[in-house]
Amino acid sequence: MIQPTEDGFYGEFGGAFVPEMLHANVEELRNNYKRILDSREFKEELGDLLKNYVGRPTPLYKASNLSAYFGANIYLKREDLNHTGAHKINNALGQILLARMMGKTHIIAETGAGQHGVAAATASALMGMPCKVFMGEIDIERQAPNVARMKMLGSEVIAATSGSKTLKDATNEAIRYWIGHPDTYYLIGSVVGPHPYPDLVARLQAVISKEIEEQLTHEVGVERPDYVVACVGGGSNAAGAFYHFIEDEQVKLVAVEAAGKGVESGESAATYQLGSLGIIHGNQTLVMQTGEGQIIEPYSISAGLDYPGIGPMLAHLLSTGRCEALSATDEEALQAALLLTQQEGIIPALESAHAIAALERLPLKPTDIVVVNLSGRGDKDLATYMKHFDL
Amino acid sequence: MSRITTTFAKQKPLLNIFITAGYPQVNSLPELANQLFTKGIAILEVGMPYSDPLADGPVIQQTSALALKNGITMAQIFDQIKLIRKTEQQAPIFLMGYLNQLLQFGPESFLKACTDAEVDGLIIPDLPYEVYLSSYKPLFERYGMAISFLITPGTSEERIKALDAACNSFLYIVSDNSLTGAGKGQFSHSQLAYFKRINDMNLKNPTMIGFGISSKNMLIEAGKYANGAIIGTAYLESIKREENEAFISELTS
Repeated sequence: MIQPTEDGFYGEFGGAFVPEMLHANVEELRNNYKRILDSREFKEELGDLLKNYVGRPTPLYKASNLSAYFGANIYLKREDLNHTGAHKINNALGQILLARMMGKTHIIAETGAGQHGVAAATASALMGMPCKVFMGEIDIERQAPNVARMKMLGSEVIAATSGSKTLKDATNEAIRYWIGHPDTYYLIGSVVGPHPYPDLVARLQAVISKEIEEQLTHEVGVERPDYVVACVGGGSNAAGAFYHFIEDEQVKLVAVEAAGKGVESGESAATYQLGSLGIIHGNQTLVMQTGEGQIIEPYSISAGLDYPGIGPMLAHLLSTGRCEALSATDEEALQAALLLTQQEGIIPALESAHAIAALERLPLKPTDIVVVNLSGRGDKDLATYMKHFDL
Repeated sequence: MSRITTTFAKQKPLLNIFITAGYPQVNSLPELANQLFTKGIAILEVGMPYSDPLADGPVIQQTSALALKNGITMAQIFDQIKLIRKTEQQAPIFLMGYLNQLLQFGPESFLKACTDAEVDGLIIPDLPYEVYLSSYKPLFERYGMAISFLITPGTSEERIKALDAACNSFLYIVSDNSLTGAGKGQFSHSQLAYFKRINDMNLKNPTMIGFGISSKNMLIEAGKYANGAIIGTAYLESIKREENEAFISELTS
C-alpha cells in the first residue's frame, strides 16, 4: 500500500507547509486519522453508508460498443451512479464520520465543479451539521444546478472573489476561514492540501480500486487490468482508482489532465506538463507558476479539473514513471462525451469525458482490459453540452 | 551590535510598519519607507506580493494583487531596498512572503540577494520551524539572515518554547485566530490574557504583537506585554485614503 513518510512526503512531494495558525488543527488531524479510520466503529458505519446510502459497490460495466469502437475491452467503473452523482461522496462521508468522531460540529469545504460541495452538503445534512461551501464566483455561474442543490441541502455557499475566482481561490478562502475558525472541520475534496489530507482522501477513495480488483477477479475472471485510466485535477478519483494497483507494475496507470485550449495555448490546466516543483495549499508538489513563484491561473472547460496543482501522491507516481500523463483538450473532451453518450447511452461529467478522450491515444490491443473510472455523471454539465452541441 | 539587537534595546513600544512592495505604485516603496523612518518607526516589514497569500486578509490580498498588476518583481524589490539603505537608515528591514517565492528564486540566491540589499531578517508564515531547522538554518546563518516565527493563541507552551529556541530576531505574536487585518479596534480580555501569558514566559526573543492593530492606543497597550506592535492593514488603508502621513504622525507622536 502506498504510504507517505511520517512527515507526509511521497518522494519529494507532500509535507505540511502551513502557517502557525493552522498547525494545531493539522496536527490534531494527523494524530487521529489513522486510528479512527482503522477502528471497527468507523469501518462499520462507513461500510453501511457506502452500501445502503451511496449504493456501492458501483458496477464495473463492460462497454461493448465502446470496446468495439476502440478495439479493446473497455470497462467503465460507474462512479457516476453513486448517490449525488460522483465519486466525491466516498470521501465526504468518510471525513464527516471522522469529523464527528473527533468531536467537530461545523463543516467547511471548497468546491470546483460543485460535486464535492454537493457531497459535503449531503453528508452534512445527513449528520445534522452546519456546512459552509466556498466556491469560486465563476464556478457559481457555470455550475448553477449544483449551487442550488447545496442550498437546498441546507449549506451556505460562499463566493470566492479573489484571484481567478475558481477552485484554487475557493480553496484559499476555505483555508482562510479555517484560520479564523479553528474549531471547524475542513472537509477537503481532493488528494491535496497539507499532510495528512492527501493520504486521508486517497484512503477514502481507495474503495474504487478495491472494488475494481474484486469485480475483475469475480465477475470478469481476470487477475488484473492492463490499464486503469482516470482524469486528474487535484487527483482524488485517479488516486482512488489507482490505489490498489500501484504496487502491481503490470497494470499501466494513466492520468488524463485537462489541456484546455491546448497544452501550449496559455489556457490549460495540464499541471504535470506545465508545472514545476512548488508549494500550493500547504503541500510541495508540481505547480503551474511563473519564474517568481506566482501561481498561474489555470483554464479548462471543466470546472473540476482547472486546478494549478496536483496531489503529491500523483506527482510522485508521474515523476517516477509509475503513472503516465496524457491530456485532452476541451474539444476532445466534448467529443468524447458525445461519443460515450451515443455509443453507450451514458452522459458523463465533462471531467470524466477527459478520461474517455484519452483512450484513442493508448496503443490498445484487442485482448487488453482497460478500466476507465467514470468519476461523475453529466447532469451538471448539460448547459455546456446544450451550448456546444446546439441541443 | 546588529541592527536588530540595537532596535530591541530601545524603549517600548516599538512600531513595525508593514508595507506591500509595489503598492500603490510599482516604485512607491523607497519614498514611503523614508517617510516612515523620518517619522521614527523602529522596524520596516516589506511584503513581497504573492498570488496566493494564505495568511492574509482582504486588504493585503488586494494590495498584493495590485502590486503584481503593477509589475513588481523580486529584483525591483531588492533594488528598492538598496535605495532605502543608501539613505543610511539603520532600522531593521524584514521581508515577509511565502515559501514558494523563496523556493522559485532559489533559496541561496534569495538569501544572497537579501544580504546584498542589507535585509535583516525574514518572515515566512508557511515555513514551519521544523523545516527551517532541518533544511534552511545553515543557509540562513551563512548569509547572516535572521528569522522570525509566528505564535498564535493555539500554539502550545511547549511549542512556544521550541519556536523561541529556533528564533533569532523577534517572535511575532499573532493577536487572534485570524488573518491580517481582522481587528476590532481594541483588544479583548482574552487577547490581553494571552499576551500576558506569553510575556510571563520570559522568552529569550523580543516579541511584537501583530494582526488587527490599528491605533495608537492599541500600540501602547501592546507595549505593556510585548516590545511593540506591527501595523499593516491599517497603514495600507491610510495610503489608499492618502492619509498615511497623518496616520504615521499620530502613531509616532
